[in-house]
Formats: sequence, structure tokens, C-alpha cells
Amino acid sequence: MADDHSHSDHQEGFWSKYWFSTDHKVIGIQYGITAMLFLLFGFGLMLLMRWQLASPGVEIPLLGALTPEMYNQFGAMHGTIMVFLGVVPLAVGAFGNYVVPLQIGAPDMAFPRLNMASYHVYFWGGVVMLASFFVPEGAAKSGWTSYPPLANIETMGQTMWLWGMVLLITSSLLGAVNFLVTIIQLRTEGMTYFKMPFFVWAQFVTAFLLLLAFPPLEAAGFLQLADRLLGTSFFMPSGLVTAEGPLEVAGGGSPLLWQHLFWFLAHPEVYVLILPAMGIVAEVLANNTRKPLWGYKLMVYSVIFLGFMSFIVWAHHMFITGMGTAISAFFQVTTMIISIPSVVILSALFITLFGGSIRFNTAMWFALGFIPMFGIGGLTGLPLGLAPTDIPLHDTYYVIGHFHYVVAPGTIFALFAGIYYWYPKVTGRTMNETLGRIHFWGSMVAMNGIFLPMLHQGMVGMSRRLFDGGLTYSFTEGVIHYNSVMAVSAFVLLLFQLPFIYNFLTSIKWGRKVTKSNYWEATTLEWSAAPTPPVGHGNFATIPTVYHGPYEYSVPGHELDYCPQEVPIQLPDAADQTVEP
Amino acid sequence: MQIPYEVTARPDTGVNNAKLGIWLFLASEVMLFGGLFAAYVFLRIGADAWPGMMVYDTEMMAERADEILNVPLATLNTMILIASSVTMVMSWAALKMDRFDRYKLYMGLTILLALGFLVVKAFEYGDKFDHHWYASTNNFLGIYFVLTGLHAIHVTGGIVLNAYFWGPGTKLWKRGTPRDKAHFTNRIEVAGLYWHFVDLVWIFLFPMIYLI
Repeated sequence: MADDHSHSDHQEGFWSKYWFSTDHKVIGIQYGITAMLFLLFGFGLMLLMRWQLASPGVEIPLLGALTPEMYNQFGAMHGTIMVFLGVVPLAVGAFGNYVVPLQIGAPDMAFPRLNMASYHVYFWGGVVMLASFFVPEGAAKSGWTSYPPLANIETMGQTMWLWGMVLLITSSLLGAVNFLVTIIQLRTEGMTYFKMPFFVWAQFVTAFLLLLAFPPLEAAGFLQLADRLLGTSFFMPSGLVTAEGPLEVAGGGSPLLWQHLFWFLAHPEVYVLILPAMGIVAEVLANNTRKPLWGYKLMVYSVIFLGFMSFIVWAHHMFITGMGTAISAFFQVTTMIISIPSVVILSALFITLFGGSIRFNTAMWFALGFIPMFGIGGLTGLPLGLAPTDIPLHDTYYVIGHFHYVVAPGTIFALFAGIYYWYPKVTGRTMNETLGRIHFWGSMVAMNGIFLPMLHQGMVGMSRRLFDGGLTYSFTEGVIHYNSVMAVSAFVLLLFQLPFIYNFLTSIKWGRKVTKSNYWEATTLEWSAAPTPPVGHGNFATIPTVYHGPYEYSVPGHELDYCPQEVPIQLPDAADQTVEP
Repeated sequence: MQIPYEVTARPDTGVNNAKLGIWLFLASEVMLFGGLFAAYVFLRIGADAWPGMMVYDTEMMAERADEILNVPLATLNTMILIASSVTMVMSWAALKMDRFDRYKLYMGLTILLALGFLVVKAFEYGDKFDHHWYASTNNFLGIYFVLTGLHAIHVTGGIVLNAYFWGPGTKLWKRGTPRDKAHFTNRIEVAGLYWHFVDLVWIFLFPMIYLI
């Protein structure tokens, strides 16, 4: 086994080449395809829920009318699938795996077989999650947060959810160790930390978050499994009564304990969702504005600071649990502090645009779309980070609107940018630009059609968990008609994903062939030093040496408007001088 | 294709890939057990009495952990684990001195001691079940079973790992080139780091659950 991957690829069979591959590029593609299928599935669940909210009780073709139990299952699984099986695997598993070793000049990840194991554990975690729809009484129904005591007394689907989470956490742990060792150990000669592309930095900090924030959730998962399977009462207070009478448990536990352990993971998780996206946007912006990233070092320091701070803000999700004003005050302060580096990064990206000769391609459009959309997501988060304003807004659609602005037109737009940007790298062919623009503008309008009304609905006070979309409450009267707008927007959004799916699939075979290896005329190693599409296992014909920073675009006096990292900058008026900024 | 720094240390970081990897893995393990230790503290602070009511067993009210848990047996287990950590280091030192026979001896001892730990643990668990004390009895026993159970799983993992390096894994050493030998020695060092960590977890577990 240890020697297998040193042989050339064409001797391998289908299974060892595409399924049990140890090549980071193949694993990246595996992650990418699986994650996109999960994103589509999670999106499908959301469409069913939006249908139900817009027209409660109206039968859905093939499925019939939704029951409240089904609605709750779809809600819980939409969140779980989108976060843990869709966005993170795509942002970290796919883009991280494929691009990071290429960008730092490494032949592969540090532990190729661990990398393979990471994908397979993730895959089976996904299978367990999907299988949970088919166990008696269906999948988990307690929201993606799985708050006890409700989650403790839920049906079997919740146990499946917990086992699935244990697998997914194990997978991301294996991946995180691998990313960190790869970035620390396998940087090529000359690739010092401050010559790494910002994308690598973002992945680096993300891997630390995954490494250190996920285990407490695994601990919490074990405790909840014990509660469900062994009858312990870690999260069960004394004297609980359900419709069937008093619960026969020892009691003495605390539901708050779960919330602390869960959010200790789940707040850093937000940064796991957003940092790789920022990294992608930074790459695409620098490349398409043809100028250096503004404040590269500032961005790096901000992302490191963000990583540290993300561990001490978790209880801002828990202001209304009654944990006390002193604790609330502490977490308000840290939350306000953590917004600063986010603003710094976003501002740096924005200022990068200034004075650039911008190339408008689909990747760039998505990256440009990311900036204001993530901006809305971030700014709407501030009222939620302060206890006085969080109390009325908590658990309303405002919260849903806020984090979907961060994750959907924020992170997912960045991921689309990444797909359009690196697609030629992977396949050697480009995606169709016209279809790409249709995809971008349609998605942009539809996404706002879904999420903007949520902010208003939430401010009126509409709860996020209503099965009938708020029909039974009189105060929702002024905003309930938004539900139709949102449902229509959601289906329009589906419609505008069709050009993308078609484009993505057909361009593999019929897309325009890439004529030169460095298709985007980029400076980073994955474009400038590695062939397009890349060679088999090993990445580079000869491992490149790095001479200067990652974003040397439009260097004054240089004949080209880009200076690849592995080529020393030779200015024509001083031909024998090598400039090392 | 050769991954750089698989065996030799990278000059500017001073470690090889596996050693850095295991330290990072152990960092995440610290967070895993740290989460559970935090849960223990949280539950104990919130409890009216600790260990508390031993329901299902004549309504006994336990005031101290040693009324329920067997401290002498746990002390024995502490000794066993510390001894196994010592033999683990000696097996690595034997490789450094190119004494493969000694390596086999010390690694074999490490595995036997670990098995001994699990046997003692099984007796401890059996005793609890005889009293009808289960994880569901109260949160003290709940966290006791979860923490020691998770630790026992880690011990089992260590046994599997060490047994591999005692048996089939030695092929790498037997190839005989200096690089292969260095590679194998690295593996034992890394396995040792894991094993010492498992030992260390017990050193924290023992006083926290059994004594205070």
C-alpha cells in the first residue's frame, strides 16, 4: 500500500484511481462533487419548506402536504446538510485540498492516506445523515442546534444525527491536522509565511479552528448519545414532564451545558464558513484587478486575530438563556471586538478595487457580489451581538436573514467565484461566460428576494420555527405576504442554478480549451508553475522556488502586468538586479 | 513521488511531518477531554449533592466518591499505566541503540501492561454493575462511565497501534536501510507520544473522579 502511489497513474484501475485515490487533487474533486450534491439536496429541502410557508397545507406534487413533523425534519436537516455536508466540505475539503498544496509548491498533502480517509469518513457521515430520513419517524427534528431536553427525547433520527456528526467531526479533524502539517512543513523553498497567498492563510486559520473547536462538540455529542442510549441525565434537569407524564430519568443535568459546548464549536464554525470564502475572493480580486491585494499583511494579521477571538464569543448565541448579565456583558464586548478584523478584511478587499483595471469575468462578478452581500450579513449581525437588541430579535426570521446573508450570497457566492476561477485549472477548459453571467445576476436578485424580507419579518417579531409561516399570529399580518415573494424567489433561484449545472457539466467536454497554462495570467504557483490541467500525482515537473510575494501585479517598469512567484522580478532598466520586495 | 520531511526534520521547524501531526492531533484531544472535564465541573457545580443519590440501590446517598469507586484498584491502574509509559520510552530508546530484540521485549511489555489496565477496569465496571449502579443512576456515575469509557477506548486504540508496531509493522525496520530504521524509530516515537498522552489523561482523571 505504501508504495502504490509512487507508481504512475495509468496502471491503476477505476476504483483506486477515482475512489481510493491518495492524490489531493482527486480527493479535492471528490469533496467538491459530493458537497455540491449535498448543497443541491439541502436547497431542495428549503424549497419544500418555502412552499409550505407560502401556502400552508397545499399539497406538493409527489410528496403531498407537509406534516409538522416533516417540516421540522426538513428544517433541522437543511441546516445540518448545508453547513456540515455542503459549505464546509466545499470550502475546505474541495478548494483547500485542491489549491493549497499547489499554491505552496507541495507535491501533495503531508499525509495522503489520511487525506483519503478524511474524505471517506465524511462520505459515510453523509450517508448516515441521509439514511436517517428513512428510520422510523424520520430524521432529526430538533433544529441543527439539537437543543436538549427536546433533542434527548426525540425519535431515533436524532441518534443517527449524532452518529453522523461524530463521523463528520472525525473527518474534519483528520483534514485539519493534514492541512496544518502541509502548510507548516511542505512550503517550498522561499515560500515564507508572508509570501503565502491569502487563500492559504485563510485555510491555515480555518484548520486551527476545525482542530480545536470541533472536539468539544464531539464531547457534547458523546454526552447526548449517552443521554439517549444509556439513560444518563447530563442535559436533563430534574422534574421534566412530557405529554406522557414525568420522565423516568435521574435528572440533575443542565440543558445549558449542551448550549455552551455546542456554541463553543458553532461560533468558530461561522468563521470556518467565511474565512475560506474571503480567501477565494482575495485571490479572484487581486487577479482581476491586476494590482496587489491592498493591505495583505493587515489582512493576515486580521485573520489570525479573528481566529483567536472566535473562541471567546460563543455565548452571544445564549443571551436569553438567563446566564447572567455579567457574562452577557463579557461576550458583548468580545463580539464587538471580533467585528473589527472582519471589517478590516472586507475594507481591504474593497479598497483593492480602487484604481484597478478590472477584468469583468464571471468569477469576478461573484467575488464583487460577495462584498456587499457579506457586508449586509455582517452589519445585520451587530444588533444580534448586543444583548438589549438581541432579546427581541432572538429566534426570529431576522436571525435567519442575517446568517443567510453571510453564508448564502456571502460564502456561496465566493464558492461560485472559486469554481469559475479554478475550473480551467482542474479541467483544462473554461466555463461559458454568458451562462455564467445569467447565473450570477439571476442568483443575485433571487437571493435578495429570499433573504431581504426575512429581516423585516424578523423585526416585526415573526418566529423562525413556525410551520404555518406565522398565519396564526395577528401581528404578522403586515409581513406575511412576503412568504409568497420568498417562495417565488426561491424557485427562481433554483431556475437560475440550471444554467450553472448545465455549464458545469457540459464544459468538462465541450468548454473552450485553455490555450496557455497560466490562463488568468496569475502570479500564484497553482497557475504559474503547475501545468494546466495539472499532471498526475506530484503536481510539479520540478518543484518551484519562490522569490517574492504572492500579488506582484502591474509592477512599475515590468513588461508584463504580472510577476509569477517562482520567477525573480527583473526590471528592464536594471537587468542584472533582482528586486525582492 | 516523495513527500518531503517524512523521515528527516525540516530545518526551519525542527520536526518531521508525523511528529508535528501527532502534536496537533493531541491538541485536539486536549480539547475533546477538556470539553468533558468542563462538563464534569459544570455538572458538579450545579448538583445539590455529589456523587448524590444512588437511586435503584436502596436510595443510598453517597457523600464521597470513594464510597462508590474503588480507589485501591484505580491506584493499581495508575501504576500500571505509568509503568507502561516507562516501557514505551525504553522500547524507543532500544531502537535508538539499534537493539531490536530489546525493542520487542519492551514493546511487548507495554502491550501487556495496557491489557492489564483494561482487565482491572473490567473488574471495576463489573463491580458497579453488581451493585446495579449504571450510567443512568446519577450524573456522577454518568460522567464516570463516559470519561473512563472514552479513556478505555483510547487505551484500546493504543493497544491496536502498538500491537501493529510489535508485529507486522516491524517489516519497515527489517528492510534494514538506515532511512527505514530511522523511519520506524520515528513511528515508535510518535506512537509513544500518543501513549504518554493517554497516560496523562488518566493522571488527570484519577484524582478528579476518584479522589476529590
